[in-house]
This record gives sequence, C-alpha cells and structure tokens, in this order.
Amino acid sequence: MTPPIVEARAIHKHFGHLHVLKGVDLRVAEKELVFLIGPSGSGKSTLLRCLNRLEDPSSGSVVVDGIDMLDARTDINKARQRIGMVFQSFNLYPHMTALGNVALALRKVQGMGRAEAEAKAQEALKRVHLADRADHFPLQLSGGQQQRVAIARAIALEPRVMLFDEPTSALDPELVGGVLAVMRELREDGMTMVVVSHEMGFAKAAADRVVFMADGLIVEEGVPGDFFDAPKHARTRAFISQIERH
Amino acid sequence: MDRNALRVEAVSPMDLFIETFFNWQIVHDAWPILWQGLQATLLLSALVVPLGMIGGIIIAVLSTVHSPWVKWPLRVWVDTFRALPPLVLLIFIFAGLPFIGIDVGPWGAVAIGFFLNTGAYYGEILRAGIESVPQGQLEAARSTGLTRGQTMRYVVLPQAVRNVLPDLISNTLEVVKLTSIASVVALPELLFQARQAQSVTYNATPIMVAAVVYFILLWPVVRVLSQLENRQLAGRR
Repeated sequence: MTPPIVEARAIHKHFGHLHVLKGVDLRVAEKELVFLIGPSGSGKSTLLRCLNRLEDPSSGSVVVDGIDMLDARTDINKARQRIGMVFQSFNLYPHMTALGNVALALRKVQGMGRAEAEAKAQEALKRVHLADRADHFPLQLSGGQQQRVAIARAIALEPRVMLFDEPTSALDPELVGGVLAVMRELREDGMTMVVVSHEMGFAKAAADRVVFMADGLIVEEGVPGDFFDAPKHARTRAFISQIERH
Repeated sequence: MDRNALRVEAVSPMDLFIETFFNWQIVHDAWPILWQGLQATLLLSALVVPLGMIGGIIIAVLSTVHSPWVKWPLRVWVDTFRALPPLVLLIFIFAGLPFIGIDVGPWGAVAIGFFLNTGAYYGEILRAGIESVPQGQLEAARSTGLTRGQTMRYVVLPQAVRNVLPDLISNTLEVVKLTSIASVVALPELLFQARQAQSVTYNATPIMVAAVVYFILLWPVVRVLSQLENRQLAGRR
C-alpha cells in the first residue's frame, strides 16, 4: 500500500473543559475519498480543521503529504497550499469578483503576476462550470454557484488533498446537485478528498470509505456497502436509521 | 432752518447688524488673509486625517492581538487619548514638552496631537469594523496559505472599512472642524486668520466668512455621508 497522504494519529482536542477529540486516528490514501459522518458535536468538523491546523490539536500528530503539520519549523502557510478547504458557509470574499476570489492566493501566496493568476483562476472556474460568472460578485451568485467558486478557489492552488466541511448543508435542496456533481468530477480526476457531510446518497455512490464518529471517537469505519447495509455497532445503526428516515 | 440737519444720522439696528456681520467691503479686504487661512486648513486636514488614519489602523490591528501584554496597554492608550480634550493635549505638547527639552513647533505639535487623539477615535471605529468581518473570512483566507498580515490587508481591512465607512467619514468631518484648534498654537489656519482679521477691522464679518467657507467645504461631505447611511440602512433590510 502506498504511504497515506494524510496521517493523523492520536488526535486530542480540548476546548476549555470540553474534550472534543479523544484520540482519533485517520489515514487517507492517495486518491481516496473518505466520508466523515456522525451526530453534531461528534468532533468530525474539528478533526477536519485539525488537518490543516485551523485548529491546533491539543496533542497527537498530523502529517500531510509528508509534511509534519504540527512541527514549529513547518511553514504552515506553505503547507496549507497543499490542502484545499471548502466551508459550509462558502466564505467567499464579498468585495471581490469570483475571479478575484480565486486569483487572490495565486497572486499573493504563489507570487504569480496578475495575468497569469487570472488565467489560472479562469481555468479553475471553468472546472466548476462557472467560467461565464467570473466577473460576478458573490452576492450576485446563488448559494450553489458560490460554493462552486469556493471549490475553484481551493483547487486553483493545485492541492494534494481537499477538505470539505459540510459543503452542501447551507444550500437549498435544488442547488445541492450542482455542487455534488463538481465534487464527483474532482474525484474522477483523482483528487484525494475528506468530506464531512450528511449527503448519504453521495457517500454511497462516491465514497471509498465511510468513517463514523461519535463523542470524539471513531466508532466504526468501512466501505459504504458494508457500512450502510451491515453496521456493526448499535450507535452506528441508530445514526443510520435516523438519517435515512429523512 | 432744516430740522433734519440737526438730526444725528440715525442707524437702524438692522443696518448695524449687517455692517458688523456681512460687510462686503471687509469681505473684500480680508479675503487674501482668509484665503491663506483656508489653504492652511486644507493642508492641515491633508496632514492630520492620514496621520490619524494610520494611527487608527495600527490601533485596530493591534486590538486583534489577544495577548494581555498588548490588550491592556492598548486599552489604557486609547482611553487616555479619547478622554483627554484635544485642546489640552495640543497645548501640553506645544507648551509643556519644551520644558523637558522636546520642542516640536506648532506643526509638529498638531501632527502629534492629532495622531494621538484622532488615531484613538479612528482606531475604535476600525476595530468595530474588523470585528464585523465574520471569522469564516479569516479561515478561508488562511486555508489558502495567506499569512496573517496578508489576510488582514486583502481580506479583512477592505471589508472592515466598507462596513464602517459612514462612521469613518463622520469622524473625518469632525477632524477637519477640529483643525481649528491649531489656532491656539498660532498656526495660521482659517479660524486663526479670521480672528486676526476681526481684531484688525473690529468687525465680525471675517468670522462669518470663515463659517461660510467651512460650510461650503464640508456640506458636500455631509451629503455623501447621509446618502451612504441611507444605502447602508437599505442594505440591512
């Protein structure tokens, strides 16, 4: 087996008195799509945010693409270019156009000139099927379009891994499909992805592995078929039946 | 004999009022000296507004640092210079500091005084602006590899300024008006010149002219401000 591209070991995270992650291990192989599910408060988003150090784990280790993310000598800004992230609430910069949103890090982080950065940004927008919306501001776009711009902003940097933190939870149901379609295309292009989401249909269709978390621990994991059809733990069964009732 | 010849020339109170406050001859005679004053006021504003803004940005950015070693000194600094009347501050810098060997002259005193006082006000406004930018904006920017400084400069501050633009403009209006306190350190700004002209002519007309000039200068800004406020109110709905 190839060495994992993401390797998190024994991650603990405390927020004051709250013990949110209680020793979590997560390995993600290259080109793998891992789905993180679990009830709210189970720590799945926190785990995701520990991977690019938006949260600092209280203890444990995180290695992404061979880089020790928690080493004080690691240039975190450089490391983060290899880890794209997409947020529940899109977080597009409202004062910039779609193109500006995608081009900012290309220019300021990767040091490209304006023309080069914009050409590359345009290419990224094309990949999310929004080439014709390049000069629109976020408020002029639908939620689904905004989220696709956010995906373009992340993939333009050519990351090795993409993290998705509930990418469709803030969307109207009819807009979810477009975002999931883009994610599926990314997957087909060989992107390694870690996805926190409640889109079980997508998990069944596209995930290589489903990881179920509860109370800051990984309870169970497996390939989607086994996981959904024959969950081993009572906790997992309860969660799946609850979700599938909707 | 014509009885009228004996009458002392009667001046109606209205005429007296007009002669004292709206005397065209005096407007004409005093204009060169007032014009100099206006130029000095514009120069002063062009000096102290950017200075205050720079001070404000420094204060606002420092206020995002959570360390108590930054937070408390900053708090004391801002509170001090907001509480201290700017006139007192200016006189202290101009007339007090020379006793400990620091003589910065009138322009220097004004520059320092406004940097401290106005900077504290701009700082509070910009701090509110920075706090109005959602945390998710910072996270998105940092997740793409932007440094803390780049995130502040390209993502947070532009939004912060836009969110508090009416307050910034409003404060700028106050600052331009406040430049008149430079007259206490004998800096020949508009009000100082007007009072010079008044004391030479024994006539209040120069003061009235100064008032009109201030109005012409600031009224367009007031209009823009109220438009912005309306638009922002509409935007919130």
